[in-house]
Amino acid sequence: MAEKVLMKGNEAIAEAAIMAGCRHYFGYPITPQTEVAAYMAKRMPKIEGGVFLQAESEIAAINMVYGVAATGKRVMTSSSSPGISLKSEGISYIAGCDLPALIVNVQRGGPGLGGIQPSQSDYFQATRGSGHGDYHLIVLAPASVQEMASLTFKAFNLADKYRMPTMILADGTMGQMMEPVSLDMGEVETYEKPWALTGTNMEREHNIVNSLSLVPEELEKFNFERFEKYKAIEENEALCEEFMMEDAEICIAAFGIASRVSKNAVIEARKQGIKAGLIRPITLWPFPKKAFAKAADKVKSFISVEMSMGQMIEDVKLATECKKPVTLCNRAGGMIPSPEQVLEAIIEANKGGDK
Amino acid sequence: MVVFDKPHALTDAPLHYCPGCTHGIIHRLVAEVMDELGIEGKSIGVAPVGCSVMAYNYFGCDMIQAAHGRAPAVATGIKRADPSKVVFTYQGDGDLAAIGTAETVHSAARRENITVIFVNNAIYGMTGGQMAPTTLPGQVTQTSPYGRDVSVAGYPVKVAELLSNVDGAAYIERVAVNNVKNINKAKKAIKKAFQNQIDGKGFSLVEVLSTCPTNWGVTPEKALTWLEENMMPYYPLGVYKDIYAEEETK
Repeated sequence: MAEKVLMKGNEAIAEAAIMAGCRHYFGYPITPQTEVAAYMAKRMPKIEGGVFLQAESEIAAINMVYGVAATGKRVMTSSSSPGISLKSEGISYIAGCDLPALIVNVQRGGPGLGGIQPSQSDYFQATRGSGHGDYHLIVLAPASVQEMASLTFKAFNLADKYRMPTMILADGTMGQMMEPVSLDMGEVETYEKPWALTGTNMEREHNIVNSLSLVPEELEKFNFERFEKYKAIEENEALCEEFMMEDAEICIAAFGIASRVSKNAVIEARKQGIKAGLIRPITLWPFPKKAFAKAADKVKSFISVEMSMGQMIEDVKLATECKKPVTLCNRAGGMIPSPEQVLEAIIEANKGGDK
Repeated sequence: MVVFDKPHALTDAPLHYCPGCTHGIIHRLVAEVMDELGIEGKSIGVAPVGCSVMAYNYFGCDMIQAAHGRAPAVATGIKRADPSKVVFTYQGDGDLAAIGTAETVHSAARRENITVIFVNNAIYGMTGGQMAPTTLPGQVTQTSPYGRDVSVAGYPVKVAELLSNVDGAAYIERVAVNNVKNINKAKKAIKKAFQNQIDGKGFSLVEVLSTCPTNWGVTPEKALTWLEENMMPYYPLGVYKDIYAEEETK
């Protein structure tokens, strides 16, 4: 077994990105993700070809990412909720030009300037594409510092594989907490990038990276083609963890730190004789629809445990085609639900099922 | 025998610019410079949003289209990813001096080793002639129908003057393409801005006073006169900053 090191979540993201071959980081300070930038500022100048640049704004940072992505090199930025709103125009361009890049969102409470405590209220923004136009990001939601590292590494591979932006959707807790991490990350996958801007060297036609398409028939075609790709991703890349689901009657849906709290509540409910289980989406887009569809035929009801006013609950209802009741157990504004609150929701749901 | 030919660095794509617009001249100058410096094969150009959005079709080098105002940030990313490439932006006044002011000033402040071709025609052309950051006081546009009232709309931004105060900027010159003499000067300035990058000298910007007969509502010929009589007094031509020339004279 690989040796483990004690790391902060934000630092684990940064180190895993470097291990994935990312040599270009552009960011702008914002709590609670600044450690990613600080770590990159320290490490990048010591690595051959490493670039750390603090941009003048989140907007500039994402456009620098766009520039590097167009050259075919691995690149990332990180921010927190308000900063992701600013980056969203750029993310739309990156998606519209079919470029690989990683965007990290260590979420905080909103809307507006909100607060600096952990939140999951950017779920819609992340899974519905954040900026303008029809597009998706592959969205990965870590629930441990280990996953902050391993999913970051995976996100770079997926971005290159499908030529599209990917996102790590973490939260302030995941960013700030420390846990032991194995940095045994596996293999960096490499893909041919004939579309990249590398200079024609007077040997080929010029490459153009562009999302402008004034002929609607053409633009429609590009959209349809992109969604064919998305269909394949939905088929092949959805990931989730199922916990005590074999005989579960009450199914919790929760991701990130909310899933850790929910796991404790499930264990406690089992001690009280209630057959509770948990499905933890690891990919938020594509949403693990099949796991929920399967559960919908077996359980009595679902509880969506979220640190928002209820956003993922819509995907749970869609995936289960509303076959069973879905209730919301939530905190918002930077608050984290307690295991007791989730347990209470399980007990309540269990009563409901007996009626 | 001298044969007047199309520069290699210009593609065969027909330009979409309006009759009499001087974008075509400026495109040609950039392409001639690329040919003369032999850099087409290692150049990467960044097209803006505005009239020159489709510049990616016209230059033979690798090209990317940037979000409105963000071309210097995109160029920064490309240049940092591969410093051996020659990276330039081609931007209009709305793009560079309004929505993209921060990117312009900060790429200059970083002495980012890129070349910026800034086309100033005192109007938003692509969207049909609205007031630009460089629209002159009193100038009539679609969104200043009674003439630019500085008490309401504020004053034009003088980009060359502004950037000459930024420590990081290496070379800033304002030129015009209103007559042959000035076109030759403009080409010299553009060539220097590219040569600076090749020599690793850092942020070089050439502001080119340009015409927009369509949205100024005048003939191409009158537009040249309008540029001379109105723009040139407000935006004087000349070298505003050249840190290496300053060093040489010390």
